[in-house]
Formats: sequence, structure tokens, C-alpha cells
Amino acid sequence: MTAHAEARAVEPERGARRLLDRAGRVRELGVGLVLVLVVAGTAVANPRFVHPQSLRDLLLNASIIALLTVGQTIVVVTRNVDLSVGSVLGLSAFITASVVAAHPGIPVAGALLLGVALGLVCGIVNGLVVSLGQVPSLVVTLGTLYVFRGLDFALAHGTQVNAADLPQSLLGLGSGRVLGVPYLVLITLVVVLAAAFYLRSYRSGRELYAMGSHPEAAMLAGIPVRRRVFTAFAVSGAVAGLAGGLWMARYGTVDAAAGTGLELQVVAAVVVGGVAIFGGSGSVLGAALGALLLSTITSCLIVLGVPAFWQQAITGALLLAAITVDRIVSLRLAAALRPDRRKADHDA
Amino acid sequence: MRERLLRWETVLVLAVVVVALVGGGDFLNGKNLFYLGLDIGEIALIALPLTLVIVAGEIDLSVASVLGLSSALIGTLWNAGLPLETILPIVVLVGALCGAVNGLLVTGLGLPSLAVTIGTLALYRGLALVLLGDTAVADFPSSYTQFGTTPVPGTDFPYPIVVFAVLAVAFGVLLHGSSFGRAVYAIGANTEAARFSGIRVKRTKLILFTLTGAVAALAGVVYTLRFSSARADNGTGLELAVVAAVLLGGVSIFGGKGSLGGVIAGVLLLGGLRNLLILDDVSTETLTIVTGLLLLVGVLAPPSAVRFARWRAGRTILKEATR
Repeated sequence: MTAHAEARAVEPERGARRLLDRAGRVRELGVGLVLVLVVAGTAVANPRFVHPQSLRDLLLNASIIALLTVGQTIVVVTRNVDLSVGSVLGLSAFITASVVAAHPGIPVAGALLLGVALGLVCGIVNGLVVSLGQVPSLVVTLGTLYVFRGLDFALAHGTQVNAADLPQSLLGLGSGRVLGVPYLVLITLVVVLAAAFYLRSYRSGRELYAMGSHPEAAMLAGIPVRRRVFTAFAVSGAVAGLAGGLWMARYGTVDAAAGTGLELQVVAAVVVGGVAIFGGSGSVLGAALGALLLSTITSCLIVLGVPAFWQQAITGALLLAAITVDRIVSLRLAAALRPDRRKADHDA
Repeated sequence: MRERLLRWETVLVLAVVVVALVGGGDFLNGKNLFYLGLDIGEIALIALPLTLVIVAGEIDLSVASVLGLSSALIGTLWNAGLPLETILPIVVLVGALCGAVNGLLVTGLGLPSLAVTIGTLALYRGLALVLLGDTAVADFPSSYTQFGTTPVPGTDFPYPIVVFAVLAVAFGVLLHGSSFGRAVYAIGANTEAARFSGIRVKRTKLILFTLTGAVAALAGVVYTLRFSSARADNGTGLELAVVAAVLLGGVSIFGGKGSLGGVIAGVLLLGGLRNLLILDDVSTETLTIVTGLLLLVGVLAPPSAVRFARWRAGRTILKEATR
């Protein structure tokens, strides 16, 4: 009887711990929590920070990077990496802008589709070299980072497309909004949700994780590894192409340097969002939150009056903190999943 | 013999010779070689320790930021009135410290070096900006900046190349002629096996990252004196060029494979080709494309050669069998 009462007394505590344990394993939650803390902290110092307009700007600033993290996540979970995304964005933004400037009659959807198609071609090149050549993606995409950027510069030849050359409908896409939400944010949200649904619920989506956590096992299990890797790179390219189209709509002015250096920001956002750099785990939702967190921190620093020169250092320190925390969480997770520990818990 | 000829290092050296021959007199004159030497200086320097890091199966993307931090530090300390003789050792020490932080995060916490050094890439560049902002310090006396603008008396070599030569020999002996170097290869080939055979994996990696930081800071000194301008954004984006040179030199990104000779040939090939194309008034965009294509060739060629050799061997066996 006393033993029974004791067990009942212990029960809620254990339940709470289990809940906490489970929450600790949802990586998106950690990023989301930090995000809320950062926004709330800044709002205390400056209430105008949570004004709808400035929240909208936060989302808008993050949207292009967040979009790029979708493709990057799909590639990274397969234990690869795509360093060429910044160049793909730049190339497709410039070509699309030039075409639209020359033929202003092209509808907005057509312009975006052109961007996607151009990005897809770049992604296919990456995918073919990586999967057929059986060579490390880090090196391949470092190579195509130069090749695509070089092509971009060669095509641009020092010129740029100005906002005045672009049709108003396209620029409206970059600045307009529906029900108070900017179009760019909506588009990003749709892509994120679609990718999240695919990775979670489709067999081929799950297979990407299997490949990332153990390539040989995945191969032996009959997963068409090469084809999946190829597809992942093609998708990453297409997404970067779409981002190029949106970049054009948002900024209006496109030169050959558009998106230079973006690749490291995207990889940083993916890592902060809890996607393991060696594949096998992570979600597009987490990665998009990571992008939002990084760009929010930049805005917060400005609002808080921190000199601009500190921003990069703080971003770097945060990135290191994020991967350290992630490491500790995953170590604890591994310990919790170890059968002998579970048994010991049970016995105690 | 055939195997030796097919080695990637040999192909690179031949390519360098071809570049030199194509360039002819314009390329091979003293003045041009002097500028070539200056142009590849920092990349060549950083490529040396980075080769060891990559052979050990890790990567360091923060090198260009360490270069920038070192440049900003030179400017700050110079503004504070310190003489350069005092500044230089401090700068190299701080660089070593930056490298040690990378190494500690990788070995102590077991974090992936790619993620760690993307973080410190931002962190160190940020610290450089905090130190110096967007100002430049340029009032160095010419007795120092001559380091980058005049050749060593009696030769066509700029001083940085002398520094490079000394370090190249040192790192060559370290990687190819010492038990430390064999440990580096062993770690890159199979970390677990290396650990079980008594190699101190963590210590070795920590040393490699620290050395890389120190040399990157030294490259920052060279860079600052060459342009006689200390700026926080010096060398932005250089990390990808250095990694490209090392990988073109035949070092496997997965570790365990590659040689310093190959990397030096890779640096020379990239630098030489760049120089040659500039001499021929080829645009910088073409240069960028060529760099990328070379890297792709570098990564595709070795496995393709192996596959081709296997295919030939298979065909010979088939011929023998059907005869």
C-alpha cells in the first residue's frame, strides 16, 4: 500500500521529466525558444520591435535565406553539402532579370519559373558530377561555385539590371503582401511546408535520412542512393533558382555579384537549425527557424544599438554555441537510447 | 613506371610546365615571376598547414578570417605605438590561439570541424571588425613594406617566397619524414584504427589546427605589408581559394591521401594559369571559371583514371580468355 502510494507520488514527477526529455529531443523547439527569448528581450528594451511592421520586416529579411536552407537541408541530410547555392542564385537572378528586362511582357509566374528552370539546370550539373563521378560534393560544389559565378560575371560583363528596367508587377511581388503577410514570406512558407511534408511522409523522403545516417546500409537496403543524391542536388538548384527570382523581385537591382558569400550563411543557418552536418538528421522547419534566428539577431543588435561591427562576431559565437548545445543534446539522447541505461532507469 | 606517370602530382607538374612553356618569355621573365610569387604568397603559405589538416580528415574554413584578424591586430597595435618587431610575434601568437580554439572545439567537444570553422570564420572576422572597424591603417614605414615590393637582392624572388620556402621544407619534413606525419596519415585514413594503435589523435589534431592558425596569421602579416594596408576585411573569401588549391593538389577531402608536393604544384598551377591569362588580357571571369573547372577536373580525374585502368585490365583478361 505504501509502495503503491509512493509510486503514485513519483509518477507525475517522472511524467514531467519524460515530457522534458521528449521536448529536449525536438530540436526545433530549442531554436524556437531562443528565437522567442531574443525577440522578447529586445521588445523589453524597445517595444516598437514587436510592432507588426517590424515583425514583417524580420520575416521578409529572413525569407530568401530560409528558402535556400530548404534545398540545403535536403542535400545535407544525405551527408552531402551544396556550396554553390549563392552562385546559382546570382546566375539565375541575373539571367532572369535580363530576360524580363528585354521582354517586359513576361508574366510574373513565367519569370519565377524561368529562375527555377535555370537553377534546376545548375543543380542537375552538380547532381550529375556528384552521383555519376562518385566524388565528394564539398569539392564539386566548391568548383561549381566558381564556375557559375564566373559565367554570371562573363554574361553581366560589368553591367547590371536596374529596377527601372523591370516591370512593376514583378517588383510588386517583392514588396507587396496579402492579408498583411509579404508574398516572399508566403512563398517561402509554402516551400518549407511542402518540403517538410515530403521529408516526413514520403518513402523517398525518409530514404534521404537513411542514406545520411548510414550510406552502406542504405545501399544494401536497396535504396537507389545515386538517384536520390542526384535528385537532392537538383532540388537544391531549383530552390536556389527560385530564390534568384525572388531576389530580383525584392531588390530590383541585380548585378553579377548578387548572392556572393551566401553559401556560408545558409550552411550556418542549417547548422543552427539543428541539421547534423554529417547527415541523417534535422528538419527543414528547424533550418528555416535557424535562418530566421540568425537574421533576427542581426536586427536585434541594430535595434539595441550594438555597433554594426559586433554583429558578425556575435553571429559566429552564437553559431558555435548552437552546435555545442546541439552536440550535448544529441550525446544525452544517445545515452538515453542506450538499452542498459533504460533498464537501469526501470529497475530504479 | 606507368603508375608513377599516372600519378596526379606528375600530371600537375606537367601542367605547370605546359603553362610556363605556353607563357614563354612574357611569363618567364624576372619581373613577371616576381609578381607571380607575390600573387600566390598568402595562398601558398596557408595551403601548407591546411594540407596536413585535410590529410588528417578535418577542414579549416576560418583561415582567411584569421588572416584578417591578424591584419586588424597589426593596425591596432601600430596605432597604439608599438614597434613592428614587437607586433609580429604577438600577432602570430594570437593566430596560434585562434587555431587552438578551433582545435579544442573539434577535439574537446567532438564537433565537426566544418561547422566549427564556419562559426569561427564569422567570429574571427567579427573580432577583426570590432578591433579596427572599416578604417585602414597605412602609415607603415617603407623599410617594412619593402618586404612585399622588392625582390631579395640578386634574385627575382619576393621575400614572402623565402618565408614560404622555409616553411615548405619544414612542413614537408613534418608530413613526409616524421612519425608525426605518419600519424597524420593514419588518422585521416582511419581514426579508430589510429587511436587503437596508440596514436594520440586529439593531441595531433590540436597541434595541426594551432599550426594552421599561426601560419594564417603570418600570411596576414605578409598580406598587410604587401599592400601596406591593415584592414579588417583583408583576405575576405580567401578560404575557398586555399581549399581549392589544396584539393586540386590531390589531397582527398576524406583524409588519408595527398602530398605536399602535389599541393605546391596545385598552388603553382592555379597561380601560373591566373598570371598567364592576365598576361593574355583574359578577363577575370574566365579566370574564375577556369579555377572552378580545374577543381572539378582535379576531383574527377583520379577516380576516372582508376576506372579506366580497371576497364582496360578487364578487357585484357577478356581477350586472353577468348583467344
